[in-house]
Amino acid sequence: MNAKLQEQRTAYWKANVRILVGCLTVWFIAGYILPIFLAPVLNMVSLGGYPLGFWMAQQGAIYVFLMLIFFYAWRMNKLDRQFDVHEE
Amino acid sequence: MDLKLMIWLVVGATFALYIGIAIWARAGSTGEFYVAGKGVNPVANGMATAADWMSAASFISMAGLIAFLGYSGSVYLMGWTGGYVLMALLLAPYLRKFGKFTVPQFVGDRFYSNTARIVAVICLLVISITYVIGQMRGVGIAFSRFLEVDLLWGLIAGMTVVFIYAVLGGMKGITYTQIAQYVVMIFAYTVPAIFISLQLTGHFLPQTGLGGTLSGQDGVYLLTALDNVLVDLGFTQYTTNESFSTLNMFLLTMALMIGTAGLPHVIIRFFTVPRVRDARKSAGWALVFIALLYTTAPAVGAMAMYNIINTLHPGGVGNTAEAMAYEDRPDWMRTWQDTGLLQFEQQGDGERVHYYNQSNPPAWADDVEGQGYRLESFDRDILVLANPEIAGLPNWVIALVAAGGIAAALSTAAGLLLAISSAISHDLLKSVFMPNISEKNELRAGRLAMVAAIVLAGYLGLNPPGFAAEVVALAFGLAASSLFPVLMLGIFYKRMNKQGAITGMLVGILSTLLYIFLYKGFFFFPGTALLADNADGWILGIAPQGFGTIGAILNVIAAVVVSKLTAPPPKEIQDLVESVRVPRADAATS
Repeated sequence: MNAKLQEQRTAYWKANVRILVGCLTVWFIAGYILPIFLAPVLNMVSLGGYPLGFWMAQQGAIYVFLMLIFFYAWRMNKLDRQFDVHEE
Repeated sequence: MDLKLMIWLVVGATFALYIGIAIWARAGSTGEFYVAGKGVNPVANGMATAADWMSAASFISMAGLIAFLGYSGSVYLMGWTGGYVLMALLLAPYLRKFGKFTVPQFVGDRFYSNTARIVAVICLLVISITYVIGQMRGVGIAFSRFLEVDLLWGLIAGMTVVFIYAVLGGMKGITYTQIAQYVVMIFAYTVPAIFISLQLTGHFLPQTGLGGTLSGQDGVYLLTALDNVLVDLGFTQYTTNESFSTLNMFLLTMALMIGTAGLPHVIIRFFTVPRVRDARKSAGWALVFIALLYTTAPAVGAMAMYNIINTLHPGGVGNTAEAMAYEDRPDWMRTWQDTGLLQFEQQGDGERVHYYNQSNPPAWADDVEGQGYRLESFDRDILVLANPEIAGLPNWVIALVAAGGIAAALSTAAGLLLAISSAISHDLLKSVFMPNISEKNELRAGRLAMVAAIVLAGYLGLNPPGFAAEVVALAFGLAASSLFPVLMLGIFYKRMNKQGAITGMLVGILSTLLYIFLYKGFFFFPGTALLADNADGWILGIAPQGFGTIGAILNVIAAVVVSKLTAPPPKEIQDLVESVRVPRADAATS
């Protein structure tokens, strides 16, 4: 592997890890900070008949997880093209 | 139509469908047998993954768990869905790029060591066999409850169907039957939920019904009403239930998430799609199909709880004069009493059933202490299966639920059996003991291993070890503390070598086993537990079920430290890691 290609690969991997860290931060906020650690605070607000912390734990977190996976897939497909490592 | 005939027809029709698919999708090569020829459409694979993942526990037990745990039950909802984020982001695309057949194969090749491979096979076997016991049990119970046949015959029927499509079709047959099974189970789960949500709140979607107001009671929210009646019964509020401490909520959710991402039978589903980007997308579709059930489950649990309390207290909680009379109990209670999963006990004079929290009786209960009947036990597994009867839904809905429960158990059992047989035929036979085995013979060995696994699973389903519930916690703990960290480090830490990986897996497994055994008894033998299994006995307040998280952390620390102290992996292994990180096949080399 020549030096330029090696550099490209490293840049691609670093960009991937940056996206991952971003996504996992959102994952942690949606799955732990809001529904577990901050639930008592959030429960002071209501979403229809749902206390917000309870809604986050039994509904909201799952919707965020879903969006995260599709966002990551979309973002990585873009990155793959940008670095010309996408599949045919 | 007679209910039993209806159930026979619906279950029989689904079985005919599964067998038809099996005949259509026979596997001719090891590639088809292990990974369906890597030709599965990502949306279809998502649906098959959802069926593979959602077991008898998700279908039958989860809503009941949530009904009794309220807010604390969220650990299962979040833990069993959030794991897909980890799998989609950290494992699936890279393992698909690696492009082989099994999870131990990645461990063995990446860490250039048959010892690592064998340790991974052992983890896989313990996890998968534990799981499969529960599935076979689920099939047996569904048969014996709904069709009133002997548990043995129920098991044999289930085993025969799995045998036909899993042994003949391998991964290919399993994939297409799982798609059919997903459709059956999601209908079976959501149809009663929609009916009940409409009855109770007027909302079509159970997801919004749970946050809606009760029909006929202007402006009273369902959850507020449920909170209030539970407090009146001496229980804690539904929406703020504190059965687990905040620390254990965190550890338990994390252990379930990491464990989910590390389950080999789910990971191998991502080996069946054509490309890396299909693996990423497929994980998203899997979660779409899983979320349909998982966002419905909390509504099913809460609404069933509310309905049951109202059935027991028709005049309102605290109105003891109008509590349900034992002789007037509905038919579903009588049927479930026959199974022993629901029990009443006569306390003294009086004909009414008085239900309240025995360990924290409310003031109104003083008048009825020692009178009438008490609800002695209410098994949480009844809830989903009895739900259509509790809500008084038509017979075809009940038949659908029976078929759905069986589909959930069979689809997961098939996935597990494939993971078990491929670990034996591919990772033990082909990779370790008989490297020169021909493809035809390997395929034959795979089928034989699957037959053996089915017979073992059936036997264990008939004679379940008494500690089945504990072993499930163990399966997640092991997946979290052994396989997930080592797979992730293998991809993200190029410097990781075989010494580090083996030490990490062993530290993870052994620490988790030790912690669970300390509280549950060594190898679950009663009387050998050294510490009390309650909040006072737990070290730093950590519940054994949540220890997988700690085990995973110990695994990573041990692996990194040992790896730093020993020689780096050879050049070709570092190149392998480079190639796994890049989607296009030809892009890594040259």
